[in-house]
Amino acid sequence: MSPGAAEGGFETSSAATKKHSKKPKYSRFTQQELPACKPILTPGWVITAFIFIGIIFIPIGLASLFASENVVEIADRYDEDCVPSIYASDTLAYIQSSQTNKSCTKTLTVPKKMKNPIYVYYQLDNFYQNHRRYVKSRSDKQLRSKANEFETKDCSPEATVLVSNKEMPIVPCGLIAWSMFNDTYRFSLNDKAIQVNKKGIAWKSDREYKFGSDVYPKKFQSGVIGGAKLDENIPLSQQEDLIVWMRTAALPKFRKLYGKIEVDLEANEKITVVIQNNYNTYSFRGKKTLILSTTSWIGGKNDFLGIAYLTFGGLCLFMVISFIFLYVVRPRPLGDPSYLSWNRNPDGLLLN
Amino acid sequence: MKRYVYINDDELSPNLYCDNRISNRKYTLLNFLPKNLWEQFSRFMNQYFLLIACLQLWPLITPVNPASTWGPLILIFAVSATKEAWDDYNRYLSDKKANEKEVWVVKQGIKKPIQAQDTHVGNIIWLRENDEVPCDLVLIGTSDPQGLCYVETAALDGETDLKTRVIPSACMGIDFELLHKIKGVIECPNPDKDIRRFDANLRLFPPFIDNDVCPLTINNTILQSCYLRNTEWACGVAVYTGNETKMGMSRGIPEPKLTAMDAMIDKLTGAIFIFQIVVVVVLGIAGNVWKETEARKQWYVQYPNESPWYELLVIPLRFELLCSIMIPISIKVSLDLVKSLYAKFIDWDNEMIDLETGTPAHAANTAISEDLGQVEYILTDKTGTLTENRMIFKRCCISSIFYGNESGDALQDVELLNAIASGSPDIIRFLTVMAICNTVIPMRSKSGSISYKAQSQDEEALVRAAARLHMVFVNKNANTLEINFNGAIVQYDLLDILEFSSDRKRMSVVVKDCRSGKIFLLSKGADESILPCARVGQQTRSFTEAVEQYAQLGLRTLCLAWRELDEDEYRAWSSIFKEANSALVDREWRVAEVCQRLEHELEILGVVAIEDRLQDGVPETIESLRKAGINFWMLTGDKQTTAVQIALSCSFVSPEPKGQLLLINGKTEDEVCRSLERVLLTTRVTNSEPKDVAFVIDGWALEIALKHYKKAFVELAILSRTAICCRVTPSQKAQLVELLKSCDYRTLAIGDGGNDVRMIQQADIGVGISGREGLQAARAADYSIGKFRFLKRLILVHGRYSYNRTAFLSQYSFYKSLLICFIQIFFSFISGVSGTSLFNSVSLMAYNVFYTSIPVLVTSVLDKDLSEGTVLQHPQILFYCQAGRLLNPSTFAGWFGRSLFHAIVVFVITIHAYAYEKSEMEEMSMVALSGCIWLQAFVVAFETNSFTMLQHLAIWGNLVGFYIINWIVSALPSTGMYTIMFRLCRQPSYWTTMFLIVGAGMGPVLALKYFRYTYRSSKINILQQAERLGGPILSLGNIEPQPRSLENDVAPLSITQPKSRNPVYEPLLSDSPNATRRSFGSGTPFDFFQSQSRLSSSYSRNCKDN
Repeated sequence: MSPGAAEGGFETSSAATKKHSKKPKYSRFTQQELPACKPILTPGWVITAFIFIGIIFIPIGLASLFASENVVEIADRYDEDCVPSIYASDTLAYIQSSQTNKSCTKTLTVPKKMKNPIYVYYQLDNFYQNHRRYVKSRSDKQLRSKANEFETKDCSPEATVLVSNKEMPIVPCGLIAWSMFNDTYRFSLNDKAIQVNKKGIAWKSDREYKFGSDVYPKKFQSGVIGGAKLDENIPLSQQEDLIVWMRTAALPKFRKLYGKIEVDLEANEKITVVIQNNYNTYSFRGKKTLILSTTSWIGGKNDFLGIAYLTFGGLCLFMVISFIFLYVVRPRPLGDPSYLSWNRNPDGLLLN
Repeated sequence: MKRYVYINDDELSPNLYCDNRISNRKYTLLNFLPKNLWEQFSRFMNQYFLLIACLQLWPLITPVNPASTWGPLILIFAVSATKEAWDDYNRYLSDKKANEKEVWVVKQGIKKPIQAQDTHVGNIIWLRENDEVPCDLVLIGTSDPQGLCYVETAALDGETDLKTRVIPSACMGIDFELLHKIKGVIECPNPDKDIRRFDANLRLFPPFIDNDVCPLTINNTILQSCYLRNTEWACGVAVYTGNETKMGMSRGIPEPKLTAMDAMIDKLTGAIFIFQIVVVVVLGIAGNVWKETEARKQWYVQYPNESPWYELLVIPLRFELLCSIMIPISIKVSLDLVKSLYAKFIDWDNEMIDLETGTPAHAANTAISEDLGQVEYILTDKTGTLTENRMIFKRCCISSIFYGNESGDALQDVELLNAIASGSPDIIRFLTVMAICNTVIPMRSKSGSISYKAQSQDEEALVRAAARLHMVFVNKNANTLEINFNGAIVQYDLLDILEFSSDRKRMSVVVKDCRSGKIFLLSKGADESILPCARVGQQTRSFTEAVEQYAQLGLRTLCLAWRELDEDEYRAWSSIFKEANSALVDREWRVAEVCQRLEHELEILGVVAIEDRLQDGVPETIESLRKAGINFWMLTGDKQTTAVQIALSCSFVSPEPKGQLLLINGKTEDEVCRSLERVLLTTRVTNSEPKDVAFVIDGWALEIALKHYKKAFVELAILSRTAICCRVTPSQKAQLVELLKSCDYRTLAIGDGGNDVRMIQQADIGVGISGREGLQAARAADYSIGKFRFLKRLILVHGRYSYNRTAFLSQYSFYKSLLICFIQIFFSFISGVSGTSLFNSVSLMAYNVFYTSIPVLVTSVLDKDLSEGTVLQHPQILFYCQAGRLLNPSTFAGWFGRSLFHAIVVFVITIHAYAYEKSEMEEMSMVALSGCIWLQAFVVAFETNSFTMLQHLAIWGNLVGFYIINWIVSALPSTGMYTIMFRLCRQPSYWTTMFLIVGAGMGPVLALKYFRYTYRSSKINILQQAERLGGPILSLGNIEPQPRSLENDVAPLSITQPKSRNPVYEPLLSDSPNATRRSFGSGTPFDFFQSQSRLSSSYSRNCKDN
């Protein structure tokens, strides 16, 4: 790791000279004399290392930032706007009532040309999918195969339901499935509907392995209704919204893929979205945001990496400058034995 | 309380007492598992982990699969248990070998060979010359007509001289053939471990003599594991067998020694434990509050309104489980593992092989090598440790004429040779005393050369010297001694031996010249015990001078004397002597008293001086170890003058202008007290000066000082860097070790003889020299080396490396555990303080055991901060280890801070880089985990001082290994991680994130390290730089002596101050059993000195610390 490090040759060499019949077999390992390189932190190579890091980091930062800037993203928070003003003081009553009209129309302006595919996400805020009670409340076995229908022990309290005094398993069981997101979006441009492709939004591995093609929803949402309902005639492996939802997020603010728009959108086009605002985030003041975004090599719009790289690269160069400055102002010869206290203090008293 | 042994009775005895099966095993097949588990669980750490593992079985609170704790726990237990089992198996094998040895036993009146384990109490056992004694026997017959036999007891008490054992009087004269048929009963105490006592009675049944009770003593027994020597055969009755023998009873498992670092690690573990409890309590409360205020609103979590009573505990317990990894489960096992390698390095070291005998160094205790690097006091024996214990006759003074003064070797002094040739009677008498006034046994080998078996090295030296001076002691046949003087054979009848005892400090023999029929008393002994017995009118002044002069040269002196006895006088005395010898009460005292009656009016023949040469390299070794800040104390049984001379010649103390010797002496309490106070005052005054001050104390004064003036003595002990304690007993040696230990110093005791065993076992580190006084010390010690000079390498190289490496390994273990634990804690803040684990079970389980262990293990085995040469040149650098500079709360705080910083780096970067649509649980957990692994690889690399290929392989190979393991796990569809790692590795953002974590995590560390390395460099850094740059690394001028301030109001005490001769100690045969037996007042309990000594100890420590 040290550019200036040569093979250290400071082993005491007297060992090899003596031989005796009772000696244990000589080896460099047993004598602790393996050839070793001993790098030391000379100003030269520390400064070089920091320059090197700075020089690498800044371009990476620039590239990341550039990629992130190139991503076109439309974000529209709608949870407040979509509540009629008469319910503004009691949003909970609005969202929990089955009588109210939940649909809501919004207009989005495309700031820049967006090339397809354009990803449609919903973003939830202050939603703890990583809560311990929530994240464990699922049964991977049950999701995988029909044979494991009764594997619901982790799913409480959404594990089973009483049907004529018999405990019947809920498929898919658990809080995660039960609370599935159920807002829907319909996009149109100049009164012409934009198709949103909802196929292939889940991970291929999940569709093929984690969610069985022979598992059909059963007794789902039969008690208290939490979130979305599932079509009992479609196997879980094709219920991609569910699969996406069940990939739990690690942060309380997360985006999940809703679908893909496979046409280009031109700048300044106005898109109309009709939102079915069903999902209750009002009880815990969660925000709901609709996101339309293109993508780049580093993913969606996220300036963090770029900024972090630039900052750190800059800091490195700053450190280089201060090291050089220190080196010039207070040069310190390395390895000067006169700095050893016992050389200054003739009696070897270690009072330094 | 008593056992009755029926001799040769096949029906009665066998079932009553155990058979002769020796068992050193700790376990049997059946009890191995429970016993071993019980032992392992008696350690606090293991109990803790078991508790955690049990808590994890409760699914409601466990954040991860219980396997993540059970797996490593079982693995670690299995490793420890396997090691124990292997050790026990080896013990079983060696027991088996001993048990299956062939022994000749009388069964139904016939002698037949059986296995040793089948002998029973009451059996008659026959031994031949050089046989090992299979169990404790009472002698009933030997080949010797006098009923004597010789045994070597080295295995029992470490004394290599031969001991005489005799058959009880009742068995005297029983015919060889009848011994088979002997019947009787021995009444003896229940088994105990006192090898110097056996108070029993023997009663033989008719037809053998009568029914009289015959008392038995230890002299009538031969004990297990001794060897029969110089005796054709012997037979005896087994009284104690198997594990009930004296040997078996005294065999104990020594207390495991705890090193300073172990104690520090325990302390740090305790601190971490407290920290963990605090975290758990705080997070537990926060969790419950969040649950009540926030989580109830989160309808999707469905918290029930009614909850069981323990609901409040659930969240704290979950955090307890999450944080349990804070205490690294693997630290004990990894430390054991590397330490056993350090011990192996000592065994393997080519430079610590004694080339004369081919003995390599050996580490018997594998657990304490880092303590070697922290030694502050070395307590050393003199004879055999500093010196070679090869006594050589050097000079003598015969009738006021000094021989050997010019050449330094009397054997080559022409004058002496001429005097011998001229047959001067004084000289012939002198030589005769040298040759036969002893208990030496000459042995003629097949080639005709004569070798001598001697009780003491001194006697052997005298006999050899006499032989060189043409007075050859040729043969000892029963009671006839044969001397060959200039080709003429002279025979003497040995009439009596007036044995040596520690009170008498002399020994004499009474012999009769076979030709003339004259009877002589020949004596030799210490000057103070012989000279007062001189014949009235003889001038002893010249002898006193000779003794003084020789002692100043560091030679051991003996005075020789003789007297011709009247036939009548002898006869009269002889009968009293016999009577005294058969006395049952106060025998020793009475014998001494009788001897006194004969030993007077002696004609002093002369003084011999025996040299005990210093071992090679002793002064250099002591000098560099003293430079390393280690204080030396010399504890010897020898006399003061000799001890001081040896101390001077091995640069133990500096000669006058620079050093100063302070004497503590006195016979009464007052004298000792005054003397002690004076010395203390001087020491206090001179402490600030760069001057060597050493105090000299003898055993008598030491006893008084320890009993009455302990506080003052302790203060002196702390202040003084050097001490010479002469004429001390083994138990006093141990007491001194205890004293220094109680002042919180790390002590190392080094010795070679049986009389050092107690001190060696008492010290933090015991080092034995496998020398001429047998292996007793080496066997009791933690380390055994061939020569004193290897101590330097043992401490400076092995001790120091071990300390550095262990310090790194232990702190690193805490670092890595804290790192992952902090991330879990941070994650809990963004997961509703509910105790969710960010990492999955597989990762947590593998993190400590696989992902992070190999690089640090390899590094902590191979890393060398400085080369051996540099360390040996600059022993001062050891100070870093002594003062615990590399592992203490503040360095630990550094590692703690680093792990906190790294956890923040990993966590913040991960949650920002993997935000929004990428915030998938499994992915993010792997990103954070790989961040940790990358960082830990670089941390190891940064902390490594010397890279060998193996380290590169371990560090970078481990990183590759991490990916391989995770790719394999990601390829298994049944795991939660299925496809995750492949997915991540395809994302450019994953790699840029890793890169950023490494850069941001290591950049500041590097900058800080560089800054300290250059601008606040430690001595180690300077030497590293000097070493790398090839600059002048030799110490500069610490050679010129400092001008000494003369105006010292306390006058320096000269070593020639008239010494008080007290009658308690004998220097004559310091290695004789009598010398070792004396002990002072049953070891005054050390009820430790309170505040003052602590203060002063911390004062002296502070001096070193800043």
